[in-house]
Amino acid sequence: MSIDLAQFLPTFLEESYEGLEIMETGLLNLQSSEDDSIHSIFRAAHSIKGGAGTFGFNQVTEFTHLVETLLDEMRDGRREILKSDIEILLQSVDCIRLLIDADHNKVVCEDESISNVEGLLNESLKSSSTDTQPQNDNKSEKTQSATDAQSWLIDFTPQPHLVQTGNDPLFLFNALADLGELEIVCNTSELPAFSDVEPKELYLSWQIKLTSSDATEDDIREVFEWVEDECTLEITLLTNDATPNVQEDEAVNNETQEQDPEVQSTQPESEQSSKQELAEPLSPNTITTDTNVLTTKPQSAIVGKDKASPAKAKPDVGSIRVGVDKVDMLINLVGELVITQSMLSELGNDFDLSKVEKLTSGLDQLLQNTKELQESVMRIRMLPISFAFNRFPRLIHDLSIKTGKQIELVIKGEQTELDKTVMEQIGDPLVHLVRNAADHGIESTEVRLANGKSAKGTISLNAYHVGGSIVIEVNDDGGGINREAVLNKAIEKGIVEPNSSLTDAQVFDLLFEPGFSTASEVTDISGRGVGMDVVKKNIQSLGGRIQVESEPGKGSCFKVNLPLTLAILDGQLVRVGTEVYIIPLITIVESLQAKAELINRVSGNMVLYRLREDNVPVLPIYQLFNLEAQCTEIENALLVVVEFDGQKVGLMVDDLLAQQQVVIKSLQDNYQQVDGISGATILGDGSVAMILDIPGMITMALKQAQVAQKATVNNNVEVV
Amino acid sequence: MMNEIEQEYLTFLLDGEEFGVDILCVQEIRVLSPITTLPNKPDYIKGVINLRGVIIPIVDLRERFAKQALKYNDQTVIVILRDQTAIKPMVVGLVVDAVSEVYKFSDKSIREAPDFGNKIDRCFIQGLASHGEKLIILLNSQTLLNQDELYHL
Repeated sequence: MSIDLAQFLPTFLEESYEGLEIMETGLLNLQSSEDDSIHSIFRAAHSIKGGAGTFGFNQVTEFTHLVETLLDEMRDGRREILKSDIEILLQSVDCIRLLIDADHNKVVCEDESISNVEGLLNESLKSSSTDTQPQNDNKSEKTQSATDAQSWLIDFTPQPHLVQTGNDPLFLFNALADLGELEIVCNTSELPAFSDVEPKELYLSWQIKLTSSDATEDDIREVFEWVEDECTLEITLLTNDATPNVQEDEAVNNETQEQDPEVQSTQPESEQSSKQELAEPLSPNTITTDTNVLTTKPQSAIVGKDKASPAKAKPDVGSIRVGVDKVDMLINLVGELVITQSMLSELGNDFDLSKVEKLTSGLDQLLQNTKELQESVMRIRMLPISFAFNRFPRLIHDLSIKTGKQIELVIKGEQTELDKTVMEQIGDPLVHLVRNAADHGIESTEVRLANGKSAKGTISLNAYHVGGSIVIEVNDDGGGINREAVLNKAIEKGIVEPNSSLTDAQVFDLLFEPGFSTASEVTDISGRGVGMDVVKKNIQSLGGRIQVESEPGKGSCFKVNLPLTLAILDGQLVRVGTEVYIIPLITIVESLQAKAELINRVSGNMVLYRLREDNVPVLPIYQLFNLEAQCTEIENALLVVVEFDGQKVGLMVDDLLAQQQVVIKSLQDNYQQVDGISGATILGDGSVAMILDIPGMITMALKQAQVAQKATVNNNVEVV
Repeated sequence: MMNEIEQEYLTFLLDGEEFGVDILCVQEIRVLSPITTLPNKPDYIKGVINLRGVIIPIVDLRERFAKQALKYNDQTVIVILRDQTAIKPMVVGLVVDAVSEVYKFSDKSIREAPDFGNKIDRCFIQGLASHGEKLIILLNSQTLLNQDELYHL
């Protein structure tokens, strides 16, 4: 009757990754300020170890044990928190991540970084035992005395009926803990098969190591005085050279394990974790039991409430954690909807004209309810952007070590909410931007000081909402983008004609050309010139934009503008003939009525419209889609000028209709990709309208033009 | 005697002929609702409609079978087919002149179709069955619900 552990595995993995994030965040905070984050780091490590033991992730258990030991010493103040140790611990976090993956795939992880870090940990642990630097005073007394303390080994084997007489081993350990430091190992070998377990019987025995400066054997015996007749007790004095308390662990197999059969059933699988550590001996708030590891979630169960709540290390985890408040709200709204529905159907049962007013108000209510419900459902997919930002403190930390620059990271607006899908896809481009800012943006300390700036460079991440989109800024206060260097490089690469005059924005846009890098030397962080074009592509595929602003000597700012969600789009409804199409609002530059004097007909059917300094090709939708339109003459026609990838096109439409948010539906679910159409949506009247795919239309138009051109060329040849 | 497997077929009219499809593939029958056209698609693909929030394509079976197109009237209906067996079922709406009956045919009573010439793709025909005087052409729902076949890719 064992519990099938496999069902908990995904939870364990998810929580372990979260735990690692907590450790990482905590370790980074530890440097800046001394707070209680060491406790949360320790707890996270401990949970991972416990869980790993339960699931047979032995590599993880062994490795994490070392980490935990080190953390434990730090937590108790027996060890000063050194920068070098934090560095090792941060590397250990990476190692644990590798090991979890390895254990999960049931392979032995042979990455040499693990043995390296393991060596470092062991070294660090060894040095600690001798050069203990007591940190706070009340501890120091204890620790110093511990060095000339005596160690006692106590074998405590209670008789099965011990608990029935009202005695509790926990109290005994408590009393022992007053004498000195304890190290307790629980022996579960006497534990019978589950079916034979008698809940009132105690099957456990303990081996206790007590390190104390003044305790005598009599003191110890006194503790056991009341149970003397009901147990076998052996007390031996250990010599001093035995390694003093590697751990101050207390294995508390508290009474629940003897009395609660449910807990006991998990025992056989979890021998590893039956050893349970306590922070201060027996302070109740730090007791972590097996059952905790298995069934309860860490304190960050509510996403978005807890600032330290970690990003999922694996974005492809197909689950989402939703705040209870959001779910409650949904339930409320559904309740409302049900009430409105029953009200309406009652109204329909015997309806006469006198009730029209009631009907309209009922329908209004229904409208309101649906709207709110829709909004709440959308909000479920929204997560605070801190999920994407959380990885940056670590990244900056690593980068500042690698580059030897002093960099400070400032994060603002981490509570700004963003659709989960967008979030998952924006992470990598952001990493790229931040790496660039750290590597190219921020100058070296000497240069900064020479330029009268503070030695520490600042990279700030900022997120905020503007209308229906979210803006993410990556700022650095570095040297700015060298306009001349960019321009020269572009000329050298043949992207730009020499002597052409470009605006700053146009010059900075060149950075996103494929294979473009101005860094004079390639570092292993960035500078290979792959990436910025990919960044731009990724952002565009999300329907977003990226802009660059830069001031020489002051720094640069990369602004990423993204739609809040991929499921809803702000659209401009236009009419062509009898059809209604939707143009994504984000692509629209402006809408205008064509003036005859600004129209230029060039060879073939190509029509160019002069829009200030630009010549915009005109794309009649009716031609592209073979429709019958009302307006086929370009003169006085309505043009919607759209832009994609710097290319402007004027779409000729019959009429501009409303602007509204539309829910994107896929055409591919039941049909196939249609050229020039990115999806469909359902309008208020239930009819279907197509959403135009601007880049697709541009390619279509180019193809049609080429075909037309070929045709004319052929005709000409024939004529000749 | 072998056990006879009987199957129910929904029949509909197309240009005076009666066609049948496996009733298990029929999700529903709808009256014609306004169809949104798709650009640059063959004539038989009429466009898409909104079926309770799902966008489904509409194929005019007359035109797909290269018959004379008919102006839609109030008898015209859309038969919504859905592949129940697939994990991600494909749904398609077929425009037919009118629905007729539901008949039961056993496996044995279905005869192989003779060559029709090339008016209707042979692959869509499952066989022929007769009900009294009437001859019913049974369509192969698997090919009807196969995007490549139906949309002639």
